[in-house]
Amino acid sequence: MEAARESNKRILSDNIKTAIFLTPALIILLIFFLIPMGLTILFSFTNLALTGAQAQQIEFVGFDNFVRMFNDNQLYDSILKTLIFVVSSGVIGQISLGFLIAFLMKGKNAIFRRFIGICVITAWVIPEIVAAFTWVAFLADSGTLNVIATSLGNIRPIAFLFQYPMISVVVANIWRGTAFCMLAFQTALDDISKEVEEAAYMDGASRFQNIFYITIPMVKGTIATTLMLTTLSTLGVFTLIYTMTAGGPGNATMTLPVYMYQQAFVSYQLGYGTAISLVILILGAIFGFVYTKLLKVD
Amino acid sequence: MLKKKYLTAALFSALILSACGGGEAESNQEAGSSEGKTPIEITWRGTGEEDAVLKYLENFEKDFESENSDIDLVLTPIPGGEGDYNTRLALSMQSANTAPDVISEDTFILHSDAAANYLTNLDDYVGEWEEWDQFFENVKEGVTAADGSVYGIPTVTDTRGIWYNIEVFEEAGLPADWQPQSWDEILETAQIIKDSQPDVIPFSMNVAAVNGEATSMQGFQMLFYGTGDTLYDEEQQKWNVNSQGFVDALTFIDEFMNQRELGPSLSIALNNNYTPTVIQDMLPNNQVAMVLDGNWQVRNFLEGGVAEMENVEERIGFAPMPTQNGEEPGYVTMAGGWAWSIPENSQNKEEAWRVIQAMSDYESQLQRVNSEGSLTVRKDVAEDSSYLERPLIETPTKILENAHFRPKSDLYPNVSIEIQRAVEAVSSGSMTPEEAAEQYRQGVIDIVGEENTY
Repeated sequence: MEAARESNKRILSDNIKTAIFLTPALIILLIFFLIPMGLTILFSFTNLALTGAQAQQIEFVGFDNFVRMFNDNQLYDSILKTLIFVVSSGVIGQISLGFLIAFLMKGKNAIFRRFIGICVITAWVIPEIVAAFTWVAFLADSGTLNVIATSLGNIRPIAFLFQYPMISVVVANIWRGTAFCMLAFQTALDDISKEVEEAAYMDGASRFQNIFYITIPMVKGTIATTLMLTTLSTLGVFTLIYTMTAGGPGNATMTLPVYMYQQAFVSYQLGYGTAISLVILILGAIFGFVYTKLLKVD
Repeated sequence: MLKKKYLTAALFSALILSACGGGEAESNQEAGSSEGKTPIEITWRGTGEEDAVLKYLENFEKDFESENSDIDLVLTPIPGGEGDYNTRLALSMQSANTAPDVISEDTFILHSDAAANYLTNLDDYVGEWEEWDQFFENVKEGVTAADGSVYGIPTVTDTRGIWYNIEVFEEAGLPADWQPQSWDEILETAQIIKDSQPDVIPFSMNVAAVNGEATSMQGFQMLFYGTGDTLYDEEQQKWNVNSQGFVDALTFIDEFMNQRELGPSLSIALNNNYTPTVIQDMLPNNQVAMVLDGNWQVRNFLEGGVAEMENVEERIGFAPMPTQNGEEPGYVTMAGGWAWSIPENSQNKEEAWRVIQAMSDYESQLQRVNSEGSLTVRKDVAEDSSYLERPLIETPTKILENAHFRPKSDLYPNVSIEIQRAVEAVSSGSMTPEEAAEQYRQGVIDIVGEENTY
């Protein structure tokens, strides 16, 4: 009885201590995360502007911004561009390339693994803005790629960023993001014990059957998590695209984050910009929902 | 074990807290160094190493500080594109902690910033200022907002026209004193140059959205106002969204960029370094024949300029831009300019006004226009011999009398963005002129409301 009371007391004081230590983190979350999020939602119902008479008199305009969005062809176009960018560079590019590299590296010589690993991870470690400039330099008229191409034959330099803008930013983003997927898959693949695979071979499974019925199901959880993280981070890519093409030429690479920036800070319409940012949020939520349903992750 | 957990948690919290506390450094770093002096922060759009305004202000700073021991001038340029400058300035003017004391305002955004209450009303200041009479009436109008008050002191104005390379022209058998009469003549001339010198870019102008107002004003509106149409009916306060002139101007861009391939490649045209590349590098080196741009570009070719050359008038010409089919008065130009303003949130308005007064006197104004290559806003400076004898100044000054100004509306900056989008869409070949004009119509209706269009 005495001991139980003593232990109850301890749990209580533990809880108090936990609460005290967690409070600063909670307050910070509140100030820097929840309040700005609430403000974003609030501002999306206003005509907030950066300059002009509207900057002085902010007014609630109800659903005007959202009605305008429904009639905004550019927005639909941007959603489409965003989906193309996310699916091709994130889902298809980074995930499959990351998996492939991790799979091929499995069980290989340690020095070889380290060398390849460093090469791939370098792209991920350098800051996004530097990566973007690297690609601008690589794809420029007198850039590395064109120098190689023109030295091979008498062809005129190709203005990649202007003739193939979407492909350029997709390739750059795959190059940059593959390392993360590779690292995640490497860890997961290393956890599969050799016995399982050997048993499958003994039962007469081919190499491909082995990949599809043993390896992939066993790293399903990692695939789901990586898919989710990659999708969400690709959805928010701004620096890379803005530096390489600024959403152009025309609207060729105008994904939602770039369009949001354009509306808020170039066209000075902060209210409409924040409304667009909610679309990005909703898009991310849809992706998350679909993944959880499809992959039946706990 | 438990203790370790607490320790980690405490350390983690402390880390976050300390990370958050780091952002309080004063933006005004010189403030502490010169005790007793009032720091006056001057902000303008910086253009890198060859910044003519920076050079002028550095000289001004020396003179001013030796005569005014109570003021410490702090020069804080904002580098970046046209759009970035206006955005960052607007953001900084929202708070007394970040607002500069004297800012350089492009007159097109002055109306918006005045309507947003960002700028100090200068009526009382200029009312007691004798030299105000020395400023031309039409430039005073440019700094007067919709409420009839003055919000900036003009410093420079400008016109636009076609810079052409005389050596390239003579090689193609064209006259050195070339003066086109219509858009078609520009295209014909460009074709002649292309046929005689295939490596030379025949005609070039600002077409990239990323180059902001330059694309809208130096580029598109130089064509558009030559069709006789207007963007904005100032009497009725309505925007023109069904203009044939709009489609015609875009069609001209489509013609020279895409249909006849008389323009620069997209990697040059859509680059945010377009202007320095074409004006400072390609034009002086005979790689481009005609460039539609501002008269101030002359400074590049004068003594101390980036592309300094001897006998500039024998190598580079400046022709007024013709109207579409040669309609009266035969040429078209837009005029803009810059002004010095005091943000409403400035903490030292009296001192800031003293600085602006000093920057606006005869000597200082003369230095500024001559170092920048722009046109003066003061009557007495306009008669100074060192100004009048500057090469290639006669034509730009003469065409000022028929110059068009941008719409006086606080929504013009937003509409201008739509123009830039339409121009880039056409020049990059992603839309036809008609499609881009329709996108513009929709965009403007979204901004100003359908009832304010015609």
